[in-house]
Amino acid sequence: MLAGFLIAIPILAAILIAIAPSRMARWLGLLGGLATLGWGIVFACMYPFWSEIPTEGANLAGYWPVEQGWAIIPLVGLELQLGVNSVSLLLVLLTCLFAPLVVLASFTAITERVKEFYIWLMIMNAAVIGVFIARDIITFYTAFEVSLIPAFFLVAIYGGPDRREASFKFFIYTLFGSIVMLAGFVYLVMSFADSVGGWLPSTNGGVNVWDIDALTTYAREFLSPTEQGWVLLALMLGFAVKVPLWPLHTWLPLAHNQAPTAGSVNFAAVILKLGAYGVFRFVIPMVPEAVVEFAPYIAGLAIIGIIYTSLVCWAQTDMKKLIAYSSIAHMGFCMIGLFALNPIGAQGGILYMITHGLSSGALFLCIGMMYERHHVKEIERIGGLMKSMPVWSFFVLLFTFVSVGLPGLAGFVSEFLCLLGTFVASSENNGGYPGVLGPWYGIVAGVGLILGSIYMLYLVGKVVFGEENIPEQDHGTAAHHLPTDLNLREIMTLAPIAVICFFIGLYPAPLLEAIEPAAEHMLTAYPETVAAANRADANTTPLLLDAPSTLMSSTQQD
Amino acid sequence: MEMVEKLTLITPDILLFIGAVVVAVVGLSGSRTLRGAVPLITGLFLIGSVVLTQFVYADPEALEKSGLLFPKIGGYVKSLTGIVGLGLVALGTGTVDRAYERAVASGSTPFDPLRVVRGEYHAFLLLSLVGVMLICNATDLIWLFLALELSVLPTYVMVALSRNNRKANESAIKYFFLGAMSTALFLYGFALLYGATGTLSFLEMRDVLTAQSATEAGIPTFAVIGMGLALLGIFFKISAVPMHVYAPDVYEGASNPMTGFLSIVPKIAGFVAIIILCGTFGWSGREELTAAGTTMVQEGLPAPISAMLWMVAVLTMTLGNIGALLQKSIKRLIAYSGITHSGYMLIGIVAGTENGTDALLFYLAAYSLGNLALFGVLTGLTRAGQDIESIDDLAGLWRTKPRLAGMVALAAGSFVGMPPLIGFWGKLMIFIAGVESGHIVLVCIAAVNSAISSWYYLHLAGVPIVRMSTPRSEAVTDGPRMAPRMVGIICGVGLLIVPIFTSPLYQFARTSMRYGELEEPSKETSSLAPREEDSEAHG
Repeated sequence: MLAGFLIAIPILAAILIAIAPSRMARWLGLLGGLATLGWGIVFACMYPFWSEIPTEGANLAGYWPVEQGWAIIPLVGLELQLGVNSVSLLLVLLTCLFAPLVVLASFTAITERVKEFYIWLMIMNAAVIGVFIARDIITFYTAFEVSLIPAFFLVAIYGGPDRREASFKFFIYTLFGSIVMLAGFVYLVMSFADSVGGWLPSTNGGVNVWDIDALTTYAREFLSPTEQGWVLLALMLGFAVKVPLWPLHTWLPLAHNQAPTAGSVNFAAVILKLGAYGVFRFVIPMVPEAVVEFAPYIAGLAIIGIIYTSLVCWAQTDMKKLIAYSSIAHMGFCMIGLFALNPIGAQGGILYMITHGLSSGALFLCIGMMYERHHVKEIERIGGLMKSMPVWSFFVLLFTFVSVGLPGLAGFVSEFLCLLGTFVASSENNGGYPGVLGPWYGIVAGVGLILGSIYMLYLVGKVVFGEENIPEQDHGTAAHHLPTDLNLREIMTLAPIAVICFFIGLYPAPLLEAIEPAAEHMLTAYPETVAAANRADANTTPLLLDAPSTLMSSTQQD
Repeated sequence: MEMVEKLTLITPDILLFIGAVVVAVVGLSGSRTLRGAVPLITGLFLIGSVVLTQFVYADPEALEKSGLLFPKIGGYVKSLTGIVGLGLVALGTGTVDRAYERAVASGSTPFDPLRVVRGEYHAFLLLSLVGVMLICNATDLIWLFLALELSVLPTYVMVALSRNNRKANESAIKYFFLGAMSTALFLYGFALLYGATGTLSFLEMRDVLTAQSATEAGIPTFAVIGMGLALLGIFFKISAVPMHVYAPDVYEGASNPMTGFLSIVPKIAGFVAIIILCGTFGWSGREELTAAGTTMVQEGLPAPISAMLWMVAVLTMTLGNIGALLQKSIKRLIAYSGITHSGYMLIGIVAGTENGTDALLFYLAAYSLGNLALFGVLTGLTRAGQDIESIDDLAGLWRTKPRLAGMVALAAGSFVGMPPLIGFWGKLMIFIAGVESGHIVLVCIAAVNSAISSWYYLHLAGVPIVRMSTPRSEAVTDGPRMAPRMVGIICGVGLLIVPIFTSPLYQFARTSMRYGELEEPSKETSSLAPREEDSEAHG
């Protein structure tokens, strides 16, 4: 019930916007966003967040609130049960934070089909929150898919000149991934159902085969390595498109670039997190043996992505595209953090979802504000805005520093943890969590870090500090009623993000403490699985020697 | 196999047949009121037959003695057919307009069949539905053949009657000749089946085939070839590869309401016929089917038939998709999308009775609802007095008719399997059935196809909502009749609301496939359940 309101409030807001006249749409949108944020904060305060995570009994993953599910489709045993653990709560809060901010950012930018715009934004919030608070496969998949629809329409209706291609490419890419993912889910569920006697509760004695936590416990113990491999591939295809991992990333620059500001912000801040969250929630805990097998390859793709997109960024002429490509690189760090398979890297990866959401979301907001004034996105055509837009320049600088990982700001903590986790993964000093990645992964990814600061600083140097070059005002556009520098509304949009970035950067301990149990739960099966895999790899003789001895002992028992 | 019990079960069909006769006569009446009441009368007969179905199929004695392979399947199929029929009547009905009739009589206005109420159209529609309903009660090959023909023969006439242009006639002719060829094919198949088993009755045929499969020689090749040919003929009805080529042309030529009819009713007929025919090979899902005296359990289809269905399913969904990707005409698009959906539904047949046929029956309902929503909108709109033909005609629909644009998007979303719309549940059930029966590759191919299909469905959903209107599409206005738009909106909203009732609907489909184990298994599971929980607790 409590968690249900997180979805219900944006949907209610969408209905209100649909009924009310369109001149009230943006105010209602703001109200809806604020209400979502407000309830998100209240909900977070109710969560036993700072004190203890309820991980006893059946609720191993620490999900809260623990309450009776609502049987939506009793015949197939499907119960709607919503809840969060510390990680999903943080992501819900991130979504809630951006809910009012993107509305604020669109106040003057959207002049046509206003009503629908805010309806789509509200549906997007509801769907994304739905992904984070889902506790069964069907709700998760439904929310995952539904989040595509508003994203598609936001790009297709309100986007730039190539919006049609961008929106189609985005939709088809992600839908393709997620349908293959659905096939993987169906296989998992059926295999679980086989073990309990059937997928209908009438045949299996009332087991809810759709429950993600039950499924996780089943999958990591009973699936054979081959099955795990196929399930991993199917699920990863769905999530890798969303993250996006390197060869599947091509939808992203186009969609980000063509989307309206609010769309780009939503893409960067929350939509990309759906993929990483899926990895956290499904891939790593469910199929440990396959993950150990595939982690080097996935991390390899992530690192290729980091280097490749960083180089692409360097050559970009379009600001939005540059930030979009940098997102791919950043999510690559998040991925290697998660696949380092130790709590340090996992905490880093999870925190990276939050900090990347904040920094790149904020950068898209900044670029949107500048675009509204000058209608230019090309780096070559604009420069030296420091003089005319000092406040804007301050924010851009700040978020750039967050993005490149300046110590003291949010980006640094997560980036550092990701790399640290990767470094120590295969060392002796692994804290009981042997991993399959190693220093080399960290070193190569670290090169991406340097490249990242090069292109970001290049962007800032050109646009903020460079030679003053302000394009001719295009009169007759909406630019008129905006002041040269940011107005109060826009400052209000950026300021909360800035404050949070400082806070996380200076005092990350509470967040990391909250994430830790969830990260450890995600890695429950790992020390053992990795150790087993390493043993098998390192030398095969002990295994061969083991075999006769166990045989002998069993015969002795007989 | 008492005649009276047979008659009990077909009372809904008889009622509809009476309705067809009444409507044909009333449609000729000179009274304007009477003629205007024809659609109403048709609707009342359909409602009556749906209600009657519920009563008749609740009678255990009639089911017991019906001599059918799947005694209860009619309960579901007849209800579905009746309800779909109601929607189709609303799509295809006209109004009584004396001034227009006089103008036509004097020759000053060309005749437009869609504008007038035609008794014969409604009579043929009812007769075709009677044919579909009778298929459920087929006890032998002859009955099945006659019922299939009854379901399809009126549609040839309906296509030709549906609008006053050459295209309609052309497509009626094409449809008729190809239909005749398919009839010849399955009749040939039936003859071979008879030759191999020596009986026409399905029950006896099942026993003979069961006995044969228990012998050293197995099922005779004759029977397998016969079954293959019979299925090939029926593939025409469900427009599966290789009998699908007619669909786009015929759909394009027929008027919109008629296309709606063609895209739904023959599919229901064909799939029910396939279920029954395959049932003779022993997958009626009953325990006692185990070959007596041997340990061999008769389950699943013979390998050649299963392989053929597998390949046809793959080809159907893939070729349908490829065809649909290339279309600009909305009706051709729907034709190819219908072919693709037949491919998905064939997975249910391949998967067998464990869950597959339930999923298939459920999918049929989901598919019909989506098609009704789409055709409701298409029929409810008109462009300068013409049918909507091209997808581009719908561009900018959101500005003038946001609700209808939304319904098109909902229908497309349901077809692509976007949760939480009904189409998603249908696809999920089918996928589950496929995986459960071990056809993982088939399910993966279907998943990939369903991802590919998102391209054209997205186009279909996107054009009305995203695109700006063009001069051509600005000419699109509301059609003269309200009813189709109402159907479109009711069914479109239904796509969103029916999923709430997934449970009862799926249960209905399930029980309709399982008469024999209707009572006992429920007791069995209730006694089993605690034991399983115990064993889990121990583990």
